[in-house]
Amino acid sequence: MKRVLLLGDEAIAQAALDAGLSGMYAYPGTPSTEIMEFIQSSKVGSDRNVHREWSSNEKTAMEAALGMSYAGKRAMVAMKHVGLNVAADGFINSAITGVNGGLIIVSADDPSMHSSQNEQDSRFYGKFAFVPCFEPSNQQEAYDMVFDAFEVSEKYMMPVLVRITTRLAHSRASINLRATLPQKKLSLPVDPLQFVLLPAIARKKYKSLLSAYESLRYESLITKYNNFKDGSKRDLGIITCGIAYNYFLENVGESISDFPVLKISAYPFPKELIKDITGRCKEILILEEGAPVIEEAIRGILDDGIKIRGRLDGTVPRDGELNPAIVAKAIGLPVSYGKAVPSLVKMRPPSFCIGCGHADMFNSLTEAIKPYGSGHVFSDIGCYTLAALPPFNAINSCVDMGASVTMAIGASDAGLFPSIAVIGDSTFTHSGMTGLLDAVVKNSPVTIIISDNSTTGMTGGQKSQATGRIEQICEGIGVKREHLRVIVPLRKNHAENVCILKEEFEYRGVSVVIASRECIQTATKRKRSENSNE
Amino acid sequence: MMKNDIILAGVGGQGILSIAAAIGLAAVANDLFLKQSEVHGMSQRGGDVQSHLRLSDKPVSSDLIPYGKADLIISVEPMESLRYLPWLSDKGWLVTNSNPFINIPDYPSLDEILKEIKKIKNHIIIDADGIAKEAGSARSGNMVILGTASPYIDMSFESLENAIRKLFGRKGNQMVETNLKALRAGRECSVK
Ligand SMILES: Cc1ncc(C[n+]2csc(CCOP(=O)(O)OP(=O)(O)O)c2C)c(N)n1
Repeated sequence: MKRVLLLGDEAIAQAALDAGLSGMYAYPGTPSTEIMEFIQSSKVGSDRNVHREWSSNEKTAMEAALGMSYAGKRAMVAMKHVGLNVAADGFINSAITGVNGGLIIVSADDPSMHSSQNEQDSRFYGKFAFVPCFEPSNQQEAYDMVFDAFEVSEKYMMPVLVRITTRLAHSRASINLRATLPQKKLSLPVDPLQFVLLPAIARKKYKSLLSAYESLRYESLITKYNNFKDGSKRDLGIITCGIAYNYFLENVGESISDFPVLKISAYPFPKELIKDITGRCKEILILEEGAPVIEEAIRGILDDGIKIRGRLDGTVPRDGELNPAIVAKAIGLPVSYGKAVPSLVKMRPPSFCIGCGHADMFNSLTEAIKPYGSGHVFSDIGCYTLAALPPFNAINSCVDMGASVTMAIGASDAGLFPSIAVIGDSTFTHSGMTGLLDAVVKNSPVTIIISDNSTTGMTGGQKSQATGRIEQICEGIGVKREHLRVIVPLRKNHAENVCILKEEFEYRGVSVVIASRECIQTATKRKRSENSNE
Repeated sequence: MMKNDIILAGVGGQGILSIAAAIGLAAVANDLFLKQSEVHGMSQRGGDVQSHLRLSDKPVSSDLIPYGKADLIISVEPMESLRYLPWLSDKGWLVTNSNPFINIPDYPSLDEILKEIKKIKNHIIIDADGIAKEAGSARSGNMVILGTASPYIDMSFESLENAIRKLFGRKGNQMVETNLKALRAGRECSVK
């Protein structure tokens, strides 16, 4: 058997390839990005001509994957947790259409918000959409589950959610690989109306979804990942989900055999499984990486009967990711800290790279906006969001991808002038274009600065769909040529750029300023690889 | 039972993931169990980054090292080496580069930092950048530190050398040789 060292993300990618994947679809987002990147750089991916191009956003990725499934082939779509909000319409309705070829949606949650604006728990989406959900507790399980998830998907003709969290996604372990399965052949759905969600059809399909979801509770491909093991203790039983199991095991070591432990790694599960452990123990401690999903279900509204401890009674903090110390305290074990961090150690927040074009753009913007006072700049998500921190303090919002443009429109509707949006190139093609159309149609007095570094920088420099297309897109949407300005954000152009920005702020209609300069990171990488090819 | 819990510390872009990858490859070649947690994303933009590396001859459960349990901190930056003291065990070693990476306005005085490091019972401070330059590979400071830390990792030095051959093999022979040279130069600085 072959063993290789893989990140959790890579284990999922490798498994998908080994399980006969034909199409990988994704938009980058930490901590999910490495799934697509692994497939793009893998030999099997190119030998088998697996589709492996980035999509414009998570919704287009989700729907393209559903199309691949329609055509009978195995498809996977991967995103960070907030990406599932963007893809939610397709995701939830794909549960009702069902699938033809196996379809897996990987959503990578980021509890403690290492690189995110929230810590939503994707398991809610599984339940909301009646989609089965696998939650691996380690890298090997992540690898194995992908095979089973494809099987469940095809057996029940349902999409399947795989939910991972940062610490699994970005931790390496050695994995035993299985033999590679063949890819599926093109084959259309047997029922030509399967994917037509007219109300009359959707009603029928929804009923069958509800009953299929119930039968999943007893499906062996799911139940095999939910294991109860009794122990001698009767005062405390433990329920763990996903990687919480590892922290528990780390703390109790071999004495784990004393504890009744229910390890849950796949959903939905039957009530009896919970009753089995609650019936034996006076107290239950629930350890979940993420929101108290199972805890709320078990407590219910009446919250009577046995004592339940977890995130809702303060035994475990209500928010943030778990770690060995939190779990130790929850089970009443001591934590032995090393020395304290000396007070001279300073915070080192992320910052603009030296030579970053965003920084020069913000220098010009800060000067141009000065006469109007503060509070006029809506921004978005990307490296340029770092302008919220000192010394720039230059932006007033960062909410969700694309919101800079549309919030600027709304604020200008309310009378704010000037109303300015700053958005990155990849974010613009992800979700900024439709907002720009709104602005053009009603001729909103907004200035939209597209800070174009020709890459998806924040997530490590993936190809941007916008590269080489932004001017054409803006013109096509209807921005007037004379208010579509292109500047090069370099220190030597500062005075000229300030003038251009001021002119466009004063224009009482839609203007777009494209500040275009290649990302210093990707430029360095490109030059290095060009040199080594010579 | 063999167990090495190692924290790698530095600033985004300083190459701690190459150190992690080298130790990881050696661990696999030695048939050890391994978990190695990395930081990707936001913090890689000049922020503080760390990696938890856990080697053992028994399966490893947690991807994160518990407080007070690290056997070794390997840091490519002096202030960053101090950030992880709550993880270091009483008997643990701290091996760090002496060259500061200053990208914040309130970076403390280097003398004060070194004074704090010297309060740790088992510490080694080396000028990894200088040693790397001397060895003819200015960009291999990270491999120098790995060399200096290598006596405190329970794997043979040869297995680390082999890992470097594997890690840099694709980039050509010269890349392998400069990194090996840096590793060996670092090893020589070690007190053991
Ligand atoms: C819905 C959603 N998808 C993905 C992300 C992850 N993400 C944050 S910033 C970013 C890249 C933005 O690229 P760009 O707009 O070109 O700006 P840059 O970072 O290059 O400056 C991505 C993909 C997110 N936060 N939300």
